[in-house]
Amino acid sequence: MNALKQYIDLYDESRALIEQQSPALLNTLRNTAREQLREARLPRKGSEDFEATDLEEVFAHDYGVNVNRLPFDADPVETFHCDVPNMSTCLYYTSNDAFHSSATAERNIGQVVVEPFSMAAVDYPELMNAHYGRLACMSDPTVALNTLLVQDGLFIYVPDGVVAERPIQLVNIFNAALDMMVQRRLLIIVGKNASIKLLACDHTQSPDYRYLNNQVIEIVAMQGSTIDFYDLEESTPLTHRVSSVFVDQHEGSNVLIDGITLVNGFTRNNYHVEVNGEHAETQLLGMTIASGEQHVDSHTFISHNAPRCHSNEMFKYVLDGNAVGAFAGKILVKPDCPRVEAYQGNRNLCGAPTAKMYTKPQLEIYTDDVMCSHGSAVGQLDEDALFYMRTRGISSSEARRLLMQAFVADVIDGVRLDALKDRLHYLVEKRFAGTLSNCASCMAACRPANKEIS
Amino acid sequence: MPPKIREATIIQMKETEKPEKGNKIIKQAAQAEYKYGFVTDIETDVIPKGLDEDVVRRISQLKGEPEWLLEFRLKAYHHWLTLKAPTWGHVHVPEIDYQAISYYAAPRQLKKGGAEDIDPELKKTFDKLGIPLEEQLRLSGMAVDAVMDSVSVKTTYRDRLAELGVIFCSISEAVKDYPDLVRKYLGKVVPYTDNFYAALNSAVFSDGSFVYIPKGVRCPMELSTYFRINSAQTGQFERTLIVADDDAYVSYLEGCTAPMRDENQLHAAIVEIVVEDRAEVKYSTVQNWYPGDKDGKGGIYNLVTKRGLCRGDHSKLSWTQVETGSAITWKYPSCVLKGDHSVGEFYSVALTNNWQEADTGTKMIHLGRNSTSTIVSKGISAGHSQNSYRGMVKIAPKATGCRNFTQCDSLLLSDTSGAHTFPVIEVGNDTSVVEHEATTSKINEDQIFYCNQRGIPTEDAVGLIVNGYAKEVMAKLPMEFAVEAQKLLSISLEGSVG
Repeated sequence: MNALKQYIDLYDESRALIEQQSPALLNTLRNTAREQLREARLPRKGSEDFEATDLEEVFAHDYGVNVNRLPFDADPVETFHCDVPNMSTCLYYTSNDAFHSSATAERNIGQVVVEPFSMAAVDYPELMNAHYGRLACMSDPTVALNTLLVQDGLFIYVPDGVVAERPIQLVNIFNAALDMMVQRRLLIIVGKNASIKLLACDHTQSPDYRYLNNQVIEIVAMQGSTIDFYDLEESTPLTHRVSSVFVDQHEGSNVLIDGITLVNGFTRNNYHVEVNGEHAETQLLGMTIASGEQHVDSHTFISHNAPRCHSNEMFKYVLDGNAVGAFAGKILVKPDCPRVEAYQGNRNLCGAPTAKMYTKPQLEIYTDDVMCSHGSAVGQLDEDALFYMRTRGISSSEARRLLMQAFVADVIDGVRLDALKDRLHYLVEKRFAGTLSNCASCMAACRPANKEIS
Repeated sequence: MPPKIREATIIQMKETEKPEKGNKIIKQAAQAEYKYGFVTDIETDVIPKGLDEDVVRRISQLKGEPEWLLEFRLKAYHHWLTLKAPTWGHVHVPEIDYQAISYYAAPRQLKKGGAEDIDPELKKTFDKLGIPLEEQLRLSGMAVDAVMDSVSVKTTYRDRLAELGVIFCSISEAVKDYPDLVRKYLGKVVPYTDNFYAALNSAVFSDGSFVYIPKGVRCPMELSTYFRINSAQTGQFERTLIVADDDAYVSYLEGCTAPMRDENQLHAAIVEIVVEDRAEVKYSTVQNWYPGDKDGKGGIYNLVTKRGLCRGDHSKLSWTQVETGSAITWKYPSCVLKGDHSVGEFYSVALTNNWQEADTGTKMIHLGRNSTSTIVSKGISAGHSQNSYRGMVKIAPKATGCRNFTQCDSLLLSDTSGAHTFPVIEVGNDTSVVEHEATTSKINEDQIFYCNQRGIPTEDAVGLIVNGYAKEVMAKLPMEFAVEAQKLLSISLEGSVG
């Protein structure tokens, strides 16, 4: 079985069409991607770094690929609202893999550039040429597949010294009336001493169809820049996602990535961070609340290639039902990089006998003057705390919910936007109560209520 | 000049001198001699180099083995031919030419005189290693099985142990004297299909120890096997099998050394342990194979499979290891916790210096309910060495109420060495608790400064701190061993501090 073959065959058949519908720059890497995929196989369950995840199975389904770039009827701007109360954002929509800018977003908000690749290739050819595909490592077959089939993407550029005042919100929606795979692609370049806050959220409007989002995000953080990237997934049990985020950090840059999965089918999040400058700071946070058949797998790799940098990772999972959680993280400190401080934590709650957790925290250190540590724990809620709350008249289910909320709170508290923090606390509360879909401001109200986590 | 200023100047000078001095001490330490590196000049029968089916048959024939064991060896050999050497370890095992190794070497005098009448040269060798083979010379009651190259030289205190029903002999003798017992347990914990080196060992294993503790017997003395590689261009493939029947207890020690040679030598052993209901086995190792010289030339490749099966309820298996030798160590003493309420423990200190590479750790497979395991691993890397902890804790879905605690710390003594941790945790139910924590850092400069202040030189201070760091593991070793291990740690560390 080779699930990649169907997509490679599709590419070989429709190559001319794909290239014709794409900016010329995207076509330059297709040959390399095709070459990479010649012998490549998607990792099976049990292979290195895929202890619980079978990508072959995920890609095996016969998904449609919109190589013709046909527009879909539904206008997401009209049918879907996902706003954060008390927070003014510049809102952008991606419907399947096509980019819509909304009425609230102008093309260049105070010099921050948000535009599709097709326009960026004309407006910023030098930046696009220099950075597109530079970080994304094509030895990973999913990245190569994205590069092979991608036809457009979103380019976000913050010029040197510009501080984006309003956060950018990117709403990604699946709303096709057929099983579909999309190749989402983002290139984010933040110039020297510039700053941006980006909130991305994934939604699915038609819960009866199977979707696969194979996305690649490349982030370049120049000297002294600050990037906050919040990635919220709130889709459906039939939505699958394989996401690879690549980060290149320069001297004194500060990058925070917070990945939150509330509702999904299958998710694999890869984070690959290269810390190339001194005094750079990296924070990777992750939170997953999974029940039913949800599957969430996070894989992080932080390579400290410069001295005196600092990284901090914390991933928390709450698992119930038959949910499967996996975390594999590696911290690498290269030779001659003294005074690096790196911390990695993974804490997990297993709430049902059939829920499974796999964790693999790793350290690879080649310099002596460092402070590195990792910790990992799988367990249950503290019985004493539960008992204490029961003695104060709080029902068992309420007590559990409160403790679970407290358990994940520190990942949410890492968010550097107060309004978003409040919103996430609210969404998590609703998620634990099993009423998330009823209260989200989705006008379509299309999802069935999620099962309550007990 | 007022005295205050003078003092300040002096202190300042000392401060600037410190790193230089530290480096010098490290260099000296790295050059510490391996004191067991001598060669015994003794006539040895060695079968020609190379490995094929005939060699396997010849080894079996030389040892006068029954047909079933030959069949076991041949099956393992044919399976080995289908395997490739594993490459996943964080070690660089060069391509080994398995046809350039001799698979059997026996000191000749021993063959003539029999086990009771030892050649004085051999006796001298073991005396020099601090392993007296004369029972009356031993103050502490410890029974020793001494293995040189491919054969067991002598096993002491056998009669006294036999009175209690304890069997302690070389595995070759056990095959002859207790064939049913050996057949029942051999290859049951580590089957020949387990891995590349296990298959190789199963095909060509020479000698090793066999221990059987009958029901309800608490072994009155510590049992010990001392392995010595002497001949050049040979490999050592010993096999140890320990069975503790219901309610039995035994503490078993293993030590090893080899001469200093420029060539690398292969040591691929298997240790299998079966622990029945309420029985307890404590297995301690002080591994001091020749680690190679300061340029990384020579040394033993120590590629070992060790596993214990806690088959009975309330059974307990404890691994303690102090790893200071070998050019390459690839070793994961593991526990399969099958019995309910069974207990697995792993305490390890692994020290690597110069160009040594160690990839060691454990697997705790929880299959029984309420089974518990503890892992404490302390890695110390100096020189240009690479030291990795690799471990797995797996809790099966039906193994409810299990508990594991893992702590693996790494100490880096040079900026050219590496320390790595690769743990895997799999939890299959909601009533088990697994905790893992790891830290990597260098010796705290404040601690060294504190010791210096009190007149303790940097090298001694590092020795003190490292010993304190490893104390948790050392405390688990039997007393005689603990003293030796502590000394060994200081010697291996000598000059590696900065």
